[in-house]
Amino acid sequence: MTIAVSTMKPTLSVPGRWVLLWAGMIGVTLLMMFARDSLPFAFSYPRAWEIPLAGWITRFMKWLINSADLGLFTFKELTRGIAWVVEQPYTLVKSVLSTGFLSGVGSDAVLVFPRLSWIALLAGVMLLGHYARDWKLAALVGGCFSYLVLFGQWNSAMVTLSSIIIAVPIGVVGGMALGIVGYRSNSFRAVLMPVLDLMQTVPVFAYLVPVLLLFGFSPVSAMIATIIYAMPPMVRVTLLALEQVTDEVVEAGSMAGCSRRQLLWKVLLPSAKRSLMVGVNQVVMLSLNMVIIASMIGAGGLGYDVLTALRRLKIGEGVEAGVAITLLAIALDRLSQAYANRPTPVYSQQQQGLWTRHPHALCFVVIAIVTWLLGIYLPAMNTYPETWQISMGTFWGDLVRYINVNFYDVLESFKNFLLLNIMIPFKRFLLSLPWIAVVAMVGLGGWQLGGRRLALLTASLATFIAVVGLWDKAMVTLYLCGISVIIACLIGIPIGILAARNERVHRVVSVIIDTLQTLPSFVYLMPVVMLFRVGDFAAMLAVIAYAVTPIIRYTDHGIRQVPADLIEASRQAGCTRNQLLRKVQVPLALPHIMLGVNQTIMMALSMLVITALVGTRELGQEVYIALTKADSGRGIIAGVCVAFIAIIADRMIGAWAAKRKREYGLE
Amino acid sequence: MPGNANMSDPQANTPDAGPLGEADVKNSVKLSCRHVWKVFGDDAESLFAGAGEVDEAAFERDGYIGAVRDASFDVYEGEIFVIMGLSGSGKSTLLRCMTRLIEPSAGAIFFETRDLMKASEAELIGLRRHKMGMVFQHFALLPNRNVLGNVSLPLEVQGMGRAEREQRALEVIKLVGLDGRELYYPRELSGGQQQRVGIARSLAAEPDVWFLDEPFSALDPLIRREMQDEFMRLQNVLHKSIVFITHDFEEAIRLADRIAIMKDGAIIQIGTPEQLVLHPATDYVEEFTQGIPRAKVLSAQALMVEAGDQVFVGEVAADAAIDSQLEQILNADSGAVFAVVDERGEIIGALTRQVVVDLLASPPRQS
Ligand SMILES: Nc1ncnc2c1ncn2[C@@H]1O[C@H](COP(=O)(O)OP(=O)(O)O)[C@@H](O)[C@H]1O
Ligand SMILES: [Mg+2]
Repeated sequence: MTIAVSTMKPTLSVPGRWVLLWAGMIGVTLLMMFARDSLPFAFSYPRAWEIPLAGWITRFMKWLINSADLGLFTFKELTRGIAWVVEQPYTLVKSVLSTGFLSGVGSDAVLVFPRLSWIALLAGVMLLGHYARDWKLAALVGGCFSYLVLFGQWNSAMVTLSSIIIAVPIGVVGGMALGIVGYRSNSFRAVLMPVLDLMQTVPVFAYLVPVLLLFGFSPVSAMIATIIYAMPPMVRVTLLALEQVTDEVVEAGSMAGCSRRQLLWKVLLPSAKRSLMVGVNQVVMLSLNMVIIASMIGAGGLGYDVLTALRRLKIGEGVEAGVAITLLAIALDRLSQAYANRPTPVYSQQQQGLWTRHPHALCFVVIAIVTWLLGIYLPAMNTYPETWQISMGTFWGDLVRYINVNFYDVLESFKNFLLLNIMIPFKRFLLSLPWIAVVAMVGLGGWQLGGRRLALLTASLATFIAVVGLWDKAMVTLYLCGISVIIACLIGIPIGILAARNERVHRVVSVIIDTLQTLPSFVYLMPVVMLFRVGDFAAMLAVIAYAVTPIIRYTDHGIRQVPADLIEASRQAGCTRNQLLRKVQVPLALPHIMLGVNQTIMMALSMLVITALVGTRELGQEVYIALTKADSGRGIIAGVCVAFIAIIADRMIGAWAAKRKREYGLE
Repeated sequence: MPGNANMSDPQANTPDAGPLGEADVKNSVKLSCRHVWKVFGDDAESLFAGAGEVDEAAFERDGYIGAVRDASFDVYEGEIFVIMGLSGSGKSTLLRCMTRLIEPSAGAIFFETRDLMKASEAELIGLRRHKMGMVFQHFALLPNRNVLGNVSLPLEVQGMGRAEREQRALEVIKLVGLDGRELYYPRELSGGQQQRVGIARSLAAEPDVWFLDEPFSALDPLIRREMQDEFMRLQNVLHKSIVFITHDFEEAIRLADRIAIMKDGAIIQIGTPEQLVLHPATDYVEEFTQGIPRAKVLSAQALMVEAGDQVFVGEVAADAAIDSQLEQILNADSGAVFAVVDERGEIIGALTRQVVVDLLASPPRQS
């Protein structure tokens, strides 16, 4: 890789023009603010101009559910049919893992066949860990599941696990199917890509309401919402994985005489298997991330436990269930990752004999049968006795009480200082800007970074927010998101730089980041609420904690990928370590770091919506209110506004990074 | 020839329209290309919309890439037809046009007497299953299948039963010298062994025409030599009609019955190795031939004089390379003269030992 000096444009006039334009822009804005009273429409978008999109959507949903007829069946029958299809396997898995097979309904039900004993399942996941990698992984997974047993989280965890076990395969298969169609048909892909963009940026809450209305308050609804949430990355991964299969391999398949279908099943999918497994891992993680949110529309299990504990501020219970979700996430994440990275088979693994070929599966079957038989006489085999359980619930409660009693003043003054001096003024400033000027600036920024098309996109997305009457809430979103992202960068970039320059820091940071990334977003809310109660400040802390990981990772990676010969050349030229950092590494890594900032913004926005639960007053709150009132239009429109903010940021940063990379010849 | 894609060319529609590049092979034509073009770029078809005239100026102006330009040639039954050219000269593209892995922009391709351009998807699949085999530069093996699984893939997709296809696959694996490794996975094999698997796979369905796209380019020089010998051994057993692609002129000389030289998408000369060395059509071709020892290429026929009343000390074959009969010639006395005999055993000329010695002594560049 070389730095193509010649491609850097030597023209000074172009930046000069932009400076003038921006100065003009700011001047006009100031003038508008000066003449505020004579331009009221520029500051608060007039009610009369609003388009009642939300109401239309709500009415459409009502019509869909109550009277839409698709000829052979009504829409309602269709949704019931879908629910029934999802429910059958779910009931089966839940019987195996959680309830046992019952006959009869309600409290009269008699247990016909017991569920899988906790010992068998524990052994099962450990065997899976050994099969996927080694005994170390088995121990890790075993440890995670042991926590569920010891802390009395088993029953809830099994309910959660059942829905994951159903949601993940459906999400994977659905995502793969869409990805395959997209791979084959360019026109389908042209439709698919923007939809994926939107799906991945619209906050989950936004489509909880329609799902709730269509499928009712039930575990099935929750699973369907989970599937919708977890599927888009699988679609993307499938597309990418299929495109990565080398031309030669595809040609070899064609020359062997494969039909289109044979090519897909015998050549493309097997060759792409490894990359596809990355997608499976993502679906698993996103499904787990949804566990708590999904409990708002009927999922039981651990998510429900956390949510109720959070609502009643029962710190101890919340923490225990939250830790259970986290450990479940870690276990499933490491398992699926290890499985994805399993080396392709080797010669020596093909010996004959059932036992030698499938030792793990057979082991599991034996243990399951033995514990079942023993369970007939020893109930402890089936259900871990309550008296043996541990609880740290009171410990957590006491800890928080202790901190609050002893550090209340310190925490409170810290919080007040930041609120009064930084957060509130920033918020006031944003709210005082005329919306017209903001839209114009967003457009101008788009133009400068990506040309006319981008300008059109960003300006019209911003206008949409004003037109649907959510401007002020969007500004609050912008303020909370902006301030969190800035602080996250101030923390994350130095850590990333340190990690890039020091192997030991790098290793420690990697482990921490990996763990943080497996935490479901909800879990971040608990500690901040405990310490700072509800409000913007608590929300900001949760957002920072959740969104800081990508910026660290990208900074670290960006600096590491600066070509070694360039570093050597600079050393040779006499750069000190600091000069090297300032003059070579950071500038060259900047496009990469900006992609990290981009990711951080995306994560901040998705977390922000969740913080509505702790009382922020922004778009997230709007979505949340819509959820409690089951108003689908309101929720969707607010969700789409969040998505539009995300898309504006994403496209502008993307355009900037691409431009910068082009200038550097770093393509 | 460049610039002309005239479809009304009387020769264009008949596959057996006279050999292009005077071949001395008398067999029937297996595969032929007539005025084949492949142009990459948006809406490249529009370039050919006119009455067959191609607007070459449009290429540069509109950023089209003429990967194959007006290629015409025949491949005869049982011959090794080598396409040689530097990287980027369009060899792979041309090969893929012949199998329709890539859709040619214009031109006609005949397989035996069948017009491939008119073949339906199903017919093409049938042809690839039963008549064509292909070997790839980077082996293109499926990592999730062992050797047996890879080799039996073409038979599997034909719908052949498991027992039968594995039996057949084992035979081919043995043929390429990989017996004992049937259950190994590709990543457990060396590059040379992997390419043997690729070769076995391409031969499993007993194709008539065998396409090889730089099959040995990714291998180390020593292994490459070994694989070339192996390839010749196989061909002596199998007698396939072969289209072999290489960027290595020496490899072409070693293996080819006839060579087509490609440059910037166009075929600039087709001929036997001897013809190329003796009569290079352009300076470009001559450049390639310069590094080649003449004795390797030239036959006795090319060096003989008219037979008179000389006393022959022995006989040499007319069409074999001097190199292969060198020992016999050099062992004779200095003034010795050999009779040059054709395949029927008739004397068609005389070869003096001195000519051969001069040939060996002269630096390779003067032909
Ligand atoms: N799919 C494609 N799109 C655009 N250009 C291509 C494509 N495939 C090949 N080319 C171009 O066509 C020319 C010939 O390529 P190729 O047939 O691969 O050459 P060779 O096999 O002789 O190295 C090259 O200039 C290459 O860049
Ligand atoms: Mg090639």
